[in-house]
Amino acid sequence: MRYSIFSLLSQTLQGHKGWTPAWRDPAPKPEYDVIIIGGGGHGLATAHYLASRHGITNVAVLEKGYLGSGNVGRNTTIIRSNYLLPGNTPFYELSMKLWEGLEQDLNYNAMVSQRGVLNLYHSDAQRDAFARRGNAMRLAGVDAELLGTEQVRAMLPYLDFDNARFPIQGGLLQRRGGSARHDAVAWGFARAADSRGVDMIQNCEVTGITMVGGRAIGVETSRGPIRGKKIAMAVAGNSSRVAAMAGMRLPIETHVLQAFVSEGLKPLIDCVVTYGAGHFYISQSDKGGLVFGGDIDGYNSYAQRGNLPVIEDVMESAMALWPGLGRVRMLRHWGGVMDMSMDGSPIIDTTPVDGLYLNAGWCYGGFKATPASGFCFAHLIATGQPHPVATAYRLDRFATGRVIDEKGAGAQPNLH
Amino acid sequence: MRITCPHCGARDAQEFSYLGAADLQRPDGMAASEAAMADYVYQRDNPAGVHRELWYHGAGCHAWLVVTRDTRNHAITAVEPAKARKAGATA
Repeated sequence: MRYSIFSLLSQTLQGHKGWTPAWRDPAPKPEYDVIIIGGGGHGLATAHYLASRHGITNVAVLEKGYLGSGNVGRNTTIIRSNYLLPGNTPFYELSMKLWEGLEQDLNYNAMVSQRGVLNLYHSDAQRDAFARRGNAMRLAGVDAELLGTEQVRAMLPYLDFDNARFPIQGGLLQRRGGSARHDAVAWGFARAADSRGVDMIQNCEVTGITMVGGRAIGVETSRGPIRGKKIAMAVAGNSSRVAAMAGMRLPIETHVLQAFVSEGLKPLIDCVVTYGAGHFYISQSDKGGLVFGGDIDGYNSYAQRGNLPVIEDVMESAMALWPGLGRVRMLRHWGGVMDMSMDGSPIIDTTPVDGLYLNAGWCYGGFKATPASGFCFAHLIATGQPHPVATAYRLDRFATGRVIDEKGAGAQPNLH
Repeated sequence: MRITCPHCGARDAQEFSYLGAADLQRPDGMAASEAAMADYVYQRDNPAGVHRELWYHGAGCHAWLVVTRDTRNHAITAVEPAKARKAGATA
C-alpha cells in the first residue's frame, strides 16, 4: 500500500480498518541470491538498494532479534557530512544527498530534519582547524560556514560564551546537517525492500557460515540452514564474532557507547550542537527530550550497557557548555555496542573468503552513513566493484598503510 | 565497574586507563614480514566473552595490570601485575 494523503483520507473514511502490515514476516526459503546478515539500518538499506537500483530481489535479510533492534535504534539520530579527509568526504556527502531524497524514495516519513549541525570552537588553533575542515568540505561540494562568537550567540544565547577556561569563539556550521527519526529509517527501508520482494526474516540468528573450498555458500541459522550465492555481513558491533565464523580476524574492537535523553521540554534548541572542548553533542527530539551523548566508555564490551564515569563526564561537559542544563532531569540512558575500527573509519569491501562481503567498522558514526552504506554495499555486491565514493574503505588498507584516520589517533580504537 | 588492583585494592574503573588486548606478541621488527607486523598492530580477536586486557592504574600505583574480564557482562575474574608475566612480553 502506497502512503499518501489519499490513502490516509480513504482509511479515515473506513475507520482505519484497512491498514496492512508494513512488511511480511516470511519463513526462510532454502536458497537466495543474496543473504544479508543483520536487519539493522545498514542491512535493510543494502536490501532496499539491491532491489531498487540493481533489480536483485531474491534477497533475505536475517535478523537475530527484531528489525532495527540494534544500533539503528540506539543512536542519537544525527545526520551530517562534515568530514575532512578525501576518503570520507564524498561518501558522507552521498549519504547526505540520499537523506535529502530518502522519504520520496522510500514513500515513508523518516522525519529528516535539516536543522543544522554546529561544531563549536574554543581557541585560535581550533578555529584554524575548523576553517581548514570547512574549506575541505566546500572544495568537495559540501556546505560549510565558519561562524564567529556573535553569530553563534544569536543562535544559542544561553551557552556559556565567557567560560574562563573554554570561551566559545565560534563554530563551523553545516546547515544541511540535522537529524532523522532513527527507527523510522529502519522501518522505511524494511518496508521499501519488502515491497520489492525481499524477505525480512526476524528471530533468525546466524550461528555459522557454511564454507566449501574457501567459498561461503550459505549460513547456519537458528531457523535452519540457508544457502546463498552471496553472503553480506552488516552486523556492526558484532562483526568480529560473525567474521570469526568464516575464520577471519578483523581490525576492530567492540566498545560500548552510551546515550542519554532528558525529560520532555518545550522547544529549546533548534539545531545540533557539539562542544569543542570535550566530547559532547546535543539536540532536541520532536517529542521534546534533549538527546545527547559523548565518549565511548573506552574498553571492549558487548554488554550494551556502560558505566557511571562516562555518564559523569558527559554531564560535566553538558554543564560546561550550557549551565542551564543543570535544572533538567535525565529521563533515560542506554548503551549500544560499536565496531571501533583501528583508524576510526568503516570498511565496505570483499573479503579473502569468496562470496563473503563485509560492511563493518562504523565506530559510533554509522547512523548518518546508513543510506550511503547501503547504497555502496549494494553496488559492491551487485557489480563486484566498489562504488566510486567508497573505494577507500578497503579491508586491506591497514596492512598497506592507507588508513583514513580523521582524528590522527593511530591504531588505538578507544581514542577514535 | 571496579577493578581490584593487587597493590591498591578495589578502586573505581575511572582511576585506570585502558590499552587493549594483553597477549599480543610484538614480532621482531627487523625480521618480521609486513603481514605479520600488520597483524600485530591491527588485527584483534575481539571476543564476546573472557578477555585478557591491559589497564594502567594512573590514579594509583602507576602499575600496568592484566585484567581478565568478561566483555559480555564486565565481570572481572582476575587482576595481575603485568610485570609478573614472563620477560619479553609486551606491556
